[in-house]
Amino acid sequence: MEESIQRTQTDELKPSVTSVGAIGWARSNLFNGVFNSILTIVTLYLLWEIIPPLFQWAFIDSVWHTTGKACRGIDGACWSIIPTNLRFIIFGFFPYESQWRPLLAMFILFGLLFYSRDRKHWTKYLGYGWIAGLFVMGLLMKGGLFGLTPVESTQWGGLPLTLLLSVFGLTAAYPLGVVLALGRQSKMPGVKWLSVIYIELIRGVPLISLLFMSSIIFPLFLPEGITINKILRAQVAIILFTAAYIAEVVRGGLQGMSRGQYEAAESMGLNYYLTMRLVILPQALKIVIPPTVSILISAFKDTSLVVIIALYDVLKTTQSVLSNPEWMGFSREAYIFVAILYFLGCFSMSNFSRKLEKELSAGEQQ
Amino acid sequence: MNKELLKNTEKQSSNDAMIEITNMHKWFGDFHVLQGIDLTVQKKERIVICGPSGSGKSTLIRCINRLEEHQRGRIIVDGIELTNNIRNIEKIRAEVGMVFQHFNLFPHLTIVENLTLGPIWVRKVPKFEAEEIAMFNLEKVHIAEQAKKYPGQLSGGQQQRVAIARSLCMNPKIMLFDEPTSALDPEMIKEVLDAMIELAQEGMTMIVISHEMGFAKSVAHQVLFMDFGKIVEGNTPEEFFENPQHERTKLFLSQILH
Repeated sequence: MEESIQRTQTDELKPSVTSVGAIGWARSNLFNGVFNSILTIVTLYLLWEIIPPLFQWAFIDSVWHTTGKACRGIDGACWSIIPTNLRFIIFGFFPYESQWRPLLAMFILFGLLFYSRDRKHWTKYLGYGWIAGLFVMGLLMKGGLFGLTPVESTQWGGLPLTLLLSVFGLTAAYPLGVVLALGRQSKMPGVKWLSVIYIELIRGVPLISLLFMSSIIFPLFLPEGITINKILRAQVAIILFTAAYIAEVVRGGLQGMSRGQYEAAESMGLNYYLTMRLVILPQALKIVIPPTVSILISAFKDTSLVVIIALYDVLKTTQSVLSNPEWMGFSREAYIFVAILYFLGCFSMSNFSRKLEKELSAGEQQ
Repeated sequence: MNKELLKNTEKQSSNDAMIEITNMHKWFGDFHVLQGIDLTVQKKERIVICGPSGSGKSTLIRCINRLEEHQRGRIIVDGIELTNNIRNIEKIRAEVGMVFQHFNLFPHLTIVENLTLGPIWVRKVPKFEAEEIAMFNLEKVHIAEQAKKYPGQLSGGQQQRVAIARSLCMNPKIMLFDEPTSALDPEMIKEVLDAMIELAQEGMTMIVISHEMGFAKSVAHQVLFMDFGKIVEGNTPEEFFENPQHERTKLFLSQILH
């Protein structure tokens, strides 16, 4: 490296060939010193050992449209398990002939999410769009109006359930978490201590125990004859749990704000609510975008824990397929498929957060 | 407070007082930071306060818009007494502009958004009108061409002029300046002081904490010297600099004037 730097100085402002382009990149990133060179060689060897067989298994020796029996004889992946059972994996026990309804609901949801990606679209009309969309999605899932046959929520499952739990869980948990963080900073002792107790209690127990409480203990306290939908109870447990974590992250952001920002806002005559909404939160929430998204991503994956209270989310429906004797033993293929689904969800979240961060900080720094 | 200062204030009619502070005390824990402040500021009067750090001068002006709470005595601003009544506090804050040592612009908003925030949300002025007010005040501090930029893209002197314009947009009756030039590079001090001098020429009531003695000489009606939480002496700038009465004042002046 040092050599090449010296040469660039003598060679009339032209960097040497070895310091630019592919060779330069490889020199400075892969073979930069003895230790790094060894690491590079070892890594390349491992990749050589792993990638080709994996590729062979997944794409060359694999089959896509056969029965479970036919799969037994081959070496490659039996992807047939996915297309054959796709409708059960995606929709669970939703009545077969009505499965277009959750499919349409998911398309509406994806459409709205995709449209909301662009901050230019964040107007009140988008808000109306979401309200209308939620209504239509609820109608599609539940039925009972406009000639749609009613479907009990006990029959909901698969991907729509996972999306329901996570999208609503996250969108409700975020504002609740912000309120809790503000509560914890409050000068009013009552508000402050309630927030502290809430956050510490919730963070002190695993999500599984909250889910158990919501499904087993909570109904015991309800008067006889009154039942609250199981999905709703699980949803509330997820919201309460995630909010406590978000609250702590947001609190970190609030503490990062300088006293001067509060003073400048207050000295203009802005009240507490406006100071927070216009000055403090826009900055504090932006600082904590990366940790917040981490929490949202892990909450999204944690929705799979609802299996323990016998809700059939997409992971559980996949597992159920594997208990069918015809498809027993093809768990690799099935789990890879679910992993891809989760990855797509998580990756688009983290992608969006990076985009948002970039947009929000545009212009602010020099 | 010394006799001459009292004489000075008696000359003007007392019902024109913008700020009346009587026997005001404040403690930070056990530390008695303000020990019986009496100060009357008349309409259109300009006061410069100087004194060593820790003398309580910042705390004094921060009490005037209730960024700090006083614990004894009275503060009456434009006829409204500062109490715990939150409505009165917000009313007074809207009337009293404040410029800080570290500018405290809102980094997530453009310059013009910084300026329209108060008028739109506190004064309930329509947006286009608030923008007109903003541009008018930016012109005043000679920085209108920067309106669309963010604070981080401006130099310290420019940021402080924006901060002055931001306060002016609220159409304040009183302006408080808390060491407005002490965080600036030397070459930027003049542009900020010039903006303040122009403001003074328009007849703004001002209290300025500053050690810029040239500025004090040219605009102040009174210069006050504070030490250990008390106003040690106050006088017209000519008398104050030529003929300081107290030993501590003499020592302080000798230190800052070299």
